[in-house]
Amino acid sequence: MSLTLTLGHFLSLGAMLFAMSVIGIFLNRKNLIVLLMAIELMLLAVNTNFVAFSHYMGDMHGQIFVFFILTVAAAESAIGLAILVLLFRNKSSIHIDELNTLKG
Amino acid sequence: MDLKTAFFYAFSAILLFAAFRVITARNPVHAALFLVLSFFQAAMLWMLLKAEFLAITLVLVYVGAVMVLFLFVVMMMDIGAEGLRQGFWKHFPLAVVLGVLIALEMSAVLMGGFRISEEPKTVSALGSGAGEYSNTRELGKLLYTEYVYPLEIAAAILLVAMIAAIALTLRRRKDSKFVSPSDQVRVRPDQRLTVLSMKATQPAPAPEAVPTSAETKP
Repeated sequence: MSLTLTLGHFLSLGAMLFAMSVIGIFLNRKNLIVLLMAIELMLLAVNTNFVAFSHYMGDMHGQIFVFFILTVAAAESAIGLAILVLLFRNKSSIHIDELNTLKG
Repeated sequence: MDLKTAFFYAFSAILLFAAFRVITARNPVHAALFLVLSFFQAAMLWMLLKAEFLAITLVLVYVGAVMVLFLFVVMMMDIGAEGLRQGFWKHFPLAVVLGVLIALEMSAVLMGGFRISEEPKTVSALGSGAGEYSNTRELGKLLYTEYVYPLEIAAAILLVAMIAAIALTLRRRKDSKFVSPSDQVRVRPDQRLTVLSMKATQPAPAPEAVPTSAETKP
């Protein structure tokens, strides 16, 4: 364990967070809303990587990119939750196994 | 170990714990609240990286808006949590093995791969002196000069998302009474007013013959 923080520390943290959300997607296959939360965690890990690179390389463009990722992620979660509400209104459940009406 | 490193390890530990609770919590409300905690820890980590504007934005936008939206949706829907968790622990060993493998490999590569030392050229490379350096000002300069078209596209994306969310969840009440404005505007006079031609005076109707009551009685 080194005493000073390096870029590798932040990148490893991002990797662990990303792996954690991959596990979350594995485990919560039935629950759509926790799947959305795991996707948010993934985006957070990616954003942490961007900010860390931006800091250690001395380049502000990484932080601009994080700004746009935040914008798109907010739009994505808003539409995802709207679809979820619509789904729950029609099916009275958010169980993944019942979403097979498109199956031929 | 200086203070910054200690803070880094503390925030990272809480972040990973909160993320673990997000994916394993039995109650979706608890999962959403732990997600709030993990966003907060990530904001503090970004503060350590001197990205103050983005850290505050993460707290304001995510904790303030997106997570409230999540909580609202979770509380609005009556989710039977039992059926959703069947087979939850069946794939747990495989998932943990995969996740640990991903994390270990990436950490092994990343810890050794990037030999960028601490306290980089951020301040010096970004122009202004250490005293008056402002993360927000630098971000704003870039955002409104070089990235002004992407900024407008981002605004359009937010507008489209807002319209899509409203259009998806809009529900017209079936029992409400309303008048269509376009029909109202397009109405013609003869649909509203009918002029009947009738004489100004009319003769009084002739009195009817009153039946005699003697015949009807038995």
